[in-house]
Amino acid sequence: MSEPLLELRDLQKHYPTRHGLLRRAGAPVKAVDGISLSVQHGEVLGLVGESGCGKSTTGKTILKLTEPTGGSIRFMGEDITRWSRQRMLPLRRQMQIIFQDPNGSLNPRHSIGSILSAPFEIHGIARGAELAERVAALLRMVGLPPEAAQRHPHEFSGGQRQRIGIARALALRPRLIVADEPVSALDVSIQAQIINLLQRLRAELGLTYVFISHNLGVISQICDRVAVMYRGRVVELAPREALFFDARHPYTRMLLAAVPQPVPDAPRRTVSTEAWTAGESALLREVAPGHFVADHDSPG
Amino acid sequence: MSLLADAVARAAPAQAAGAPVLRVEGLGVRIRTGRHALRALDDVGFSLRRAETLGLVGESGSGKTLTALALMRLVETSAIEIDRGQVALDGVDLLGLPERAMEDLRGRRISMIFQEPMTALNPVISIGRQIEEPLRRHLGTGRRAARDAAVALLDQVGIRDAARIARCHPHELSGGMRQRVTIAIAIACRPDVLVADEPTTALDVTVQAQILGLLRDLQAEMGMAMLLITHDLGVVAETAHRVAVMYAGRVVETAPVGALFRRPRHPYTRGLLRSIPRIARERPAALAEIPGTVPGLLALPEGCAFAARCELATAHCVAERPALERIGPEQAVACWRHQHV
Amino acid sequence: MLRFIATRLLQSIPLVIGVSLIGFALMHLAPGGPLAVYTLNPSINAQDIERIRIIFGLDQPIHIQYVKWATGMLRGDWGNTFFGGRPVLDVILERVPATMLLMGSALAVAIVLGLAIGILGAVKRHSIFDYLATSGALFALSFPTFWFGLMAIYVFAVRLRWLPSGGMFELGEEDNIIDLLRHLVLPTAVLGLVITASWSRYARSAFLEVLQQDYMRTARAKGLRFHQRLLRHAFPNAVKPLIALLGVELPFLFSGALVAETIFGWPGMGRLFVDALSMKEYPILMGMIVFTALFVIVGNLLADVAIAAIDPRVRLA
Repeated sequence: MSEPLLELRDLQKHYPTRHGLLRRAGAPVKAVDGISLSVQHGEVLGLVGESGCGKSTTGKTILKLTEPTGGSIRFMGEDITRWSRQRMLPLRRQMQIIFQDPNGSLNPRHSIGSILSAPFEIHGIARGAELAERVAALLRMVGLPPEAAQRHPHEFSGGQRQRIGIARALALRPRLIVADEPVSALDVSIQAQIINLLQRLRAELGLTYVFISHNLGVISQICDRVAVMYRGRVVELAPREALFFDARHPYTRMLLAAVPQPVPDAPRRTVSTEAWTAGESALLREVAPGHFVADHDSPG
Repeated sequence: MSLLADAVARAAPAQAAGAPVLRVEGLGVRIRTGRHALRALDDVGFSLRRAETLGLVGESGSGKTLTALALMRLVETSAIEIDRGQVALDGVDLLGLPERAMEDLRGRRISMIFQEPMTALNPVISIGRQIEEPLRRHLGTGRRAARDAAVALLDQVGIRDAARIARCHPHELSGGMRQRVTIAIAIACRPDVLVADEPTTALDVTVQAQILGLLRDLQAEMGMAMLLITHDLGVVAETAHRVAVMYAGRVVETAPVGALFRRPRHPYTRGLLRSIPRIARERPAALAEIPGTVPGLLALPEGCAFAARCELATAHCVAERPALERIGPEQAVACWRHQHV
Repeated sequence: MLRFIATRLLQSIPLVIGVSLIGFALMHLAPGGPLAVYTLNPSINAQDIERIRIIFGLDQPIHIQYVKWATGMLRGDWGNTFFGGRPVLDVILERVPATMLLMGSALAVAIVLGLAIGILGAVKRHSIFDYLATSGALFALSFPTFWFGLMAIYVFAVRLRWLPSGGMFELGEEDNIIDLLRHLVLPTAVLGLVITASWSRYARSAFLEVLQQDYMRTARAKGLRFHQRLLRHAFPNAVKPLIALLGVELPFLFSGALVAETIFGWPGMGRLFVDALSMKEYPILMGMIVFTALFVIVGNLLADVAIAAIDPRVRLA
């Protein structure tokens, strides 16, 4: 196998807590607590888990939007773990993020045209007529009319704003996209449009996604491999079908059992609360080719 | 307490098991903004029987939450007005009641739980006292008896160590626990109708499963009718007996849950069902999309509000709005082309 | 709790030292001095003045003077006045009751009226009452306190002769409580007016915010009556920021009281301060600065304790 596009080794992100008058350090919050993953060129790796499991922090740490406290990040063959902001700048073109709420990241006072021009200007890639043409091409690519460039974010619906967010992320043709709950704020009918768009773009542009979501249906639709996270660690990592239909970790099984299926008269499942305790180490055991499970003890 | 309210409050649930306990008919809500008056709800109708759960489904802006607030009479402000229709609770029209009489019913015969358990509880009042309140207000329960009843209710909604939790404040509880507490408040007076507005949307999926299970158990135990508002068709399939689908402020289809999922009769319902990503061994190369976006209230068309996104639409659909038409004993649809769906 | 109070008091020590240092420096930077009065007196010659300077300790460098004053304070010795030689603490303490009476009554009026107006404005938002209350408050806040004071004296004391124009008692009526209350009315009204105006605004926005909270809707869905929702559910939440504000506003309240006292000849700390300032009574001025600082610190501490008592989420640490 060729070298992966992205490789995380024992990645950690701890947040310090402080107590009392003298600001003594308390036990740190281990948002990400030893994650090792690799992402191949062109694949979609899903990160799934419940709130507070560390999936979003992992996404931000991969892009060094927040500095890791331990472990290493290799991207395109380079160890970028300790790279400075300055040194990261050229590499930023290769890695982009899409957020859940495009509202928060689109400046309401700028036109769509100027929002989408910014990446080209910052990296000194295009200007004038060429810039306008590039912006129009981007808009077409995400299914918006070129006239959208003259309008402002508030004139668009949630789904359209997410298209704009995607267009901006794709402006510089990155290799890796971290998509952090990109469809969670959208209605079901719009959600399908955006998922299809992301799948089409991946095929057309040869993109690689780290796709973060709490929605197992969405994960199942778009991902090639899935990592299930629990309390800052990966408890199970497997190809899509193995994860959904041959889950080995009790937490994965509980999660899957809890998803309400849009199928009537399905036998009412009782969600197992199968007892288990996490093992000490963050190491995963390979139980089948490409299928890894964290140590755990399930009594009985 | 007024005589009328007293009569309503005491009216025994005398109806036969099949008769609806809550019947909503032709409900309309108007919002006045600076220059315009928007029709936010139009001709909303459904009924709810004892021990039955009706799923009220729709996307954001479809008016499902507004419907719930309207039938609780919790929306009226200087700008928002319920201007049409009837909400009959055991035959008494709630829309005609004075506010004081309505206050006697809320929390006693018709209760509501909300989407955000994190903010729905008063942060400075203990859990126990917040559960005692409806008992003391409506049933005149004494202080000590109410305190014991609150602990029993916490126990009933599956909170372990109820006596200790009753003394806690909301911030000491997780989201799932808080939602259990709001449910305990809502069922304290054993209401006839429970309105649950997206009760699990803010919760993690494992907690959601527990809360939905709890609501089912409580319903079986107490026989109350439940209006479950959700955007999640999975939640509906699992919890509801019948479904009403809303689009742009109107009910476009009602059906028993099995029939709705097996053979939706409205193109919008069908589109929704097709667009959900499912967990299956085989997955489609692309999900079915409903093109376009939900129309804004300011730009509602003359005809069917879904026509612009509908693959079956004809000139008739654009010109004239279809009314909800009964097509079976339990099924109704608002579509000119339903035979083609 | 006790630990919290102890910690906060310890934390405020540098604050008091800082305040006293700045006060001391400013006082000595100002032109003139306590001896200026003597230079105008022909019966006192230069040697006498020099002797007085030594007696007062003013011949020494400023930093030595400060250290002497500060070590005295540490031992609980607030020093003696230049003129009269009385213990400073006694001089201040005998003025405290009058000021507290005026501030307390003005504050009581302002809290009751301000809360009532604010709550009504929030509940009946955009009503005629709300607009009247808003413009009334704006009007009251846009004139200086002394203008209201002078107008009140002119109308009620000079023209209508309903109330005395100043002082605390008529001569020889020192035990007459009715007489005291008659004297209290105008200064309380003037000081209270300004505080009421600002408090009605604070209360309005605090209640507006709370009335929109989700838990207020829950309270309504329970079927609680309006007054139950307002008193049990809204009040404790809305009053929390107001208490915090009260702590912060204490210095302004204090300075407002000083102005009102000066206008109405109210024999409180305000008068004492103005008199001490004109005579450059350094020991009294320093004593009052420290006293005020302590007053504000304790007030804020009480506000924090009260908020923690209302809101279980606030932990005193």
